[in-house]
Amino acid sequence: MANSPGFLAHHDGDVVAVAVRDLEPGPAEGGYLRGPDSVTVQLNEAVPLGHKLALTDIAEGADVIEYGRLVGTASKQISKGDYVHVHNVRSARWQNSVA
Amino acid sequence: MAEQRGLTGYRRENGTVGIRNFTAILPVDDLSNAAAEAVANVVPGTLALPHAYGRLQFGPDLDLTFRTLIGTGANPNIASVVVIGIEPNWTERIVEGIAKTGKNVEGFSIEHCGDLRTVERAARVAARFLQEDSEKQREPVRRDEIMLSIKCGESDTTSGLGSCPTTAEAVDRWVDAGGTVLFGETSELTGGEQLIAERCVSGEVRARFQEIYDGYVAMIDKTGANLLGSQPTQGNIRGGLSTIEEKAMGNIAKTGTKPVVGVLDKAEAPGAEPGLYFMDTSSAAAECVTLMAAAGAVVHLFPTGQGNVIGNPIEPVIKLSANPITTETMAEHIDLDCSGLLRREYDLTSAGDQLMSVLDRTVNGRFTCAEVLGHKEFVLTRLYESA
Repeated sequence: MANSPGFLAHHDGDVVAVAVRDLEPGPAEGGYLRGPDSVTVQLNEAVPLGHKLALTDIAEGADVIEYGRLVGTASKQISKGDYVHVHNVRSARWQNSVA
Repeated sequence: MAEQRGLTGYRRENGTVGIRNFTAILPVDDLSNAAAEAVANVVPGTLALPHAYGRLQFGPDLDLTFRTLIGTGANPNIASVVVIGIEPNWTERIVEGIAKTGKNVEGFSIEHCGDLRTVERAARVAARFLQEDSEKQREPVRRDEIMLSIKCGESDTTSGLGSCPTTAEAVDRWVDAGGTVLFGETSELTGGEQLIAERCVSGEVRARFQEIYDGYVAMIDKTGANLLGSQPTQGNIRGGLSTIEEKAMGNIAKTGTKPVVGVLDKAEAPGAEPGLYFMDTSSAAAECVTLMAAAGAVVHLFPTGQGNVIGNPIEPVIKLSANPITTETMAEHIDLDCSGLLRREYDLTSAGDQLMSVLDRTVNGRFTCAEVLGHKEFVLTRLYESA
């Protein structure tokens, strides 16, 4: 992409990506760490640098996939473009570890 | 980028290679810190290594303290050692352990002597050692002779996107050059431990890895604790990491792609076979780096997100970060700013080239940020309380 990306995802199939600068609600353009693909997501809320956004809808209780791996479970229904963090994701391994 | 850079180091009596040339004053126990620091004060240029423990320890916990102190003294970044302990038996045990390397080492005990006489006697030896060490010369060395260690800290999502994969570039190149690399952090593999198990070279190595990992999980379960508030840390969460699994994936990203050739106990030196080794360590930065230095590692790569400030007294710690806020607000701590990865200004190969350049210059004598700022975190790992 011509401009520096707003967010980066690790792997094809990841349901979340990381904001690489502070993002405001509205359209955000990003890509994949190891690929030229350009992806646009309509953000429903602000996502600060280093925090995650949903690339797809994620049902409550569904797997959260990042790095092509299971990194947690959605503790609430998450919509594409939502801010994703400890308020709507918890560890799948250590059930009590977060929120 | 220049692969022609020549590497230089100090080849020690037993053939191991260091990149620094310290004359160390090593206390056996907490009681001997004052004397050790007094010696370093009257013989400036020597390096005291004060620490908090060494009394009334027993069993495996005592063994670990001995292994750590002997391994520290034996590290090839140290040219010679003066050991000071409260009583002679344990002091002598550490002297004998270090003496196996062939380097100059002498021990002093404070009982029936007092701090002042001990300091004078030890200082006279330290002065002689320092003068002899000052004549030791750097010589050309090979990459495979330089033991590298890695551990990340104050991680955030930029670690997984930038500083950890950049570290992985250096790790893979180090192993390809025939070198040895140590990684650890048992707790922070959680959620990705099967990725490490799959990379173990043999069933035997895999079984040992699994035994250590399962033992760790059982230990946590036994305490009845969950690690809420510890893993991920508040700093991790502030940086955007949501779960231990997500943190583990970033952590594991820094280990590169090479097979795991061996599994080490805490502070255990790797065998003759080169390659990537897993060491069972805490994920606390200073404890982990101290254990790796005690196993013989002479230079450390430390990817960070939110900005850890760690150093080690005997093993230079190179810190890198891809978080643009960290590289700006904590610039004096960061040896390599790889935040351009997030802006796609360059790719991972290029970031790896930049890190190799910093690494090689550090090997050749360039001070790291932690060395410049005097960060000397030397922390012994304890297995349980003293008797």
